Amino acid sequence: MSKELMNKKDIDRALTRMAHEIIEKNKGTGNLCLVGIQRGGVYLAKRLASNIKQIEKKDIPVGSLDIAFYRDDLNIRKAQPVVRRTEISFEVTNLKIILVDDVLFTGRSIRAAMDAVMDLGRPSAIQLSVLIDRGHRELPIKADYVGKNIPTALTETVEVQLEEEGFEDRVILKKVEEEK
Amino acid sequence: MRILIQNGHIIDPSQGISGTGDILIEDGKIKDIKIKSREQIQKTRDNDHTDRIIDAKGLIVLPGLIDMHVHLREPGFEYKETISSGTLAAVKGGFTTVCCMPNTFPVNDNASVTEFIKRKASQEGHCTVLPIGAITKGQKGEELAEIGTMKKEGCIAFSDDGHPVMSSLIMRRALEYSKAFGVPIISHSEDLTLSEGGVMNEGLMSVTLGLKGIPAEAEQIMIFRDILLAELTGGRLHIAHISTEGSVNLIRYAKKRGVHVTAETCPHYFSITEEAVSGYNTNAKVNPPLRTKRDIEAIKEGLRDGTIDVIATDHAPHHRDEKMREFDMAPFGISGLETAVSLSLRLVGEGTLTMGQLVEKMTLNPAQILQINKGNLKVGSDADLVIVDTNKEFTVRSDEFVSKGKNTPFEGWMTKGTPVLTLCKGKIYE
Amino acid sequence: MKNKDLLGIKELSAEEINLILDTAGGFKDVIGRDIKKVPALRGKTAVNLFFEPSTRTRTSFELAAKRLSMDVINFAIPMSSVVKGESLIDTALTVQALGADFIIIRHSSSGVPHLLSTKVKASIINAGDGTDEHPTQALLDAFTIKEKKGKIDGLEIAIVGDIAHSRVAKSNIYCLKKLGAKVRLIGPPTLIPEKIQELGVTVFHSMEEGLKDLDVLMMLRIQMERQGKGFFPSTDEYAKNWCLTTERLSLAKDDAIVMHPGPMNRGIEIVSEIADGPRSVILEQVTNGIAVRMAVMYLLAGVKR
Repeated sequence: MSKELMNKKDIDRALTRMAHEIIEKNKGTGNLCLVGIQRGGVYLAKRLASNIKQIEKKDIPVGSLDIAFYRDDLNIRKAQPVVRRTEISFEVTNLKIILVDDVLFTGRSIRAAMDAVMDLGRPSAIQLSVLIDRGHRELPIKADYVGKNIPTALTETVEVQLEEEGFEDRVILKKVEEEK
Repeated sequence: MRILIQNGHIIDPSQGISGTGDILIEDGKIKDIKIKSREQIQKTRDNDHTDRIIDAKGLIVLPGLIDMHVHLREPGFEYKETISSGTLAAVKGGFTTVCCMPNTFPVNDNASVTEFIKRKASQEGHCTVLPIGAITKGQKGEELAEIGTMKKEGCIAFSDDGHPVMSSLIMRRALEYSKAFGVPIISHSEDLTLSEGGVMNEGLMSVTLGLKGIPAEAEQIMIFRDILLAELTGGRLHIAHISTEGSVNLIRYAKKRGVHVTAETCPHYFSITEEAVSGYNTNAKVNPPLRTKRDIEAIKEGLRDGTIDVIATDHAPHHRDEKMREFDMAPFGISGLETAVSLSLRLVGEGTLTMGQLVEKMTLNPAQILQINKGNLKVGSDADLVIVDTNKEFTVRSDEFVSKGKNTPFEGWMTKGTPVLTLCKGKIYE
Repeated sequence: MKNKDLLGIKELSAEEINLILDTAGGFKDVIGRDIKKVPALRGKTAVNLFFEPSTRTRTSFELAAKRLSMDVINFAIPMSSVVKGESLIDTALTVQALGADFIIIRHSSSGVPHLLSTKVKASIINAGDGTDEHPTQALLDAFTIKEKKGKIDGLEIAIVGDIAHSRVAKSNIYCLKKLGAKVRLIGPPTLIPEKIQELGVTVFHSMEEGLKDLDVLMMLRIQMERQGKGFFPSTDEYAKNWCLTTERLSLAKDDAIVMHPGPMNRGIEIVSEIADGPRSVILEQVTNGIAVRMAVMYLLAGVKR
């Protein structure tokens, strides 16, 4: 049973607004880069980058980051998380990194992402941009740029589906099946 | 002490007996044996002061089985088995006479060790123990042991089992010399230069397991050599534990030529293949090694057409710790006394042998080769017999073995048919 | 991964092999950075239990474990209680009692890792058992080939040398066949067991015939310590017939790559010009070895006992 929370138009408008906010808060695009967290944040980061380019007519570097090795739940998961590629072809030291993810939930993925980024170099600042903030933080982590705030129950899950992966652009809310 | 065994199906190849009847035992000897007609079976027999009546209806009564090839490990390796535990395992398995191999410590290559074994057996043994003496001193294959003196002390045959006699000259001398004493030479046929370092049958499986293989030819080359020497010398040759198709063919050829040769095989060589080694199962590590399906078929054919005269166990008990280690380092051997009858009965069940033929291979034939008055139910013979229930379900559980050796590759096997009562010199084991 | 242990390629499915190779890709990125460590297996302990001498494999496992933030203990067998007669199983149980999560074992008897896997709870990784298998070597070889050639399916690959005594050869045969390659074996008849053809490989005794149109050549070390008896008359004669020379290499495809598990006997199985030349990927095999071993340990850690 699922409910649509955002459609394609809603997503596009949110990403456009967030691109403006990023440029406003950082007073331009100087020393800025976007790093999408595997998997959900990678395509969103690319879209944000292209929006920023449309507005400021400037390219900013985009990379993707895999956090499998930095997770704090390796001992309790049923199987090892799938390892994907980390592709950051630029030096992160002294850059402002904007981490991009699809859904912000407990905050643990972001903590892992920050540890991963710190092992790559010494960024001058890290900011966080998420499409959906669904609440239920377990760590003191806050997003700087949010597409939409959606209060949820723990028995629900939020899924972001994108065209780049073969779906239609939308955000849906689902009830979680009982694990048998 | 009088014991009556009633209404069992008695099979005694030595007298050509096969029928339902009674056996009367008095003071450890067979007093009377009577095959009954149908009406006689219905009538109950008079009691005439029997101390024990055993109802053997629906069961088979056989002469106590003879195992020509057993390792009792005493003296020297009592942690693996003793004469007491080994002979107890023998009677549980239906055997009332066993011949124990000389690879003890010290080796049975002189009369004092023979005397020790005989004495221990008479004090603590549960069945008749006939020692097999070594062919050469220390089983080193260099100098003949005192065959004549050992025979006088009680050795029934001679073998260097565990080792081959590599030197053709020494083997020749042994076969010649043995003629003076009328004893068989039992050959463990293995060409050590081909088998060296090998731990299982050479084939695809040894390649994929990364284990050094022993080619079938290592056995066949020595068998052929031994046969030619037997022909040359006229000595009596008995080939131990044959395992390959080629070996069966060679013996068939030799017998056709009239060479004085007999042969034995063991239950594992007609029951399982090298597949049993899968997973590095050391309980399937035996010498000669387990071979292929084709070899099993040839062994069965050899049993059927009489090329193979005897089924013996090559009972080789080992301590659990010794088998629970690197495959290369584990000792060879299967603890076989307590599974032999059940495994051999399968040959009857599948039609390879008749019941009579099977019984011959374990009673009459070994008795003839060893020239002993055992393995028969003649009036006046020792009361050695075994009652077998061919319908009883039997699951192999090594922790229930009476032998100290629990090393069997047949763990968990479910078969039908097992001995239920053994009488040895009049003493009952059930 | 289905099993808590890596005993051999025989026990792995093609899916599991590909999972290891894909995961290794991620780890190769890690070891290429400045900070070559990830906290993935922090707090776990790996024990190297090497009953046979080895520097490169042991060091490779040690580095792989450290890069995953594990603690590593090297159990030096010649100096240990085994010399005092302790049984193999007792040694393994003692190591486990010390808190090992991984036991990486190399032993001269085939089947030892299999024996231990049933006795200890730790994950057993086979670093070479007798003439049975050396699975991580085959995995790093496959990873190297995939990196250089883009795929393994359909490639013509030859393994050259002492096949009979080589656990590296066996693991590679199983691995490459599972991934769809066409495998050839080249060497003297005395060093290639007859039955091995039943594994679906083609056997050549002549380099000139066997090297035609190859994509990958894997050279094996002639193992002096495993032989003694009549396999070939002299190393001179071996080299004359089976050494990889520039001339022989030209029979293979122009972009064929040359591999060797190391250490090399220069001049006997391979000439220096090729070993140091542009077609050789021997050093990359070493680097990839660390990434592959990291992947193996990472994936095994996730298997529930």
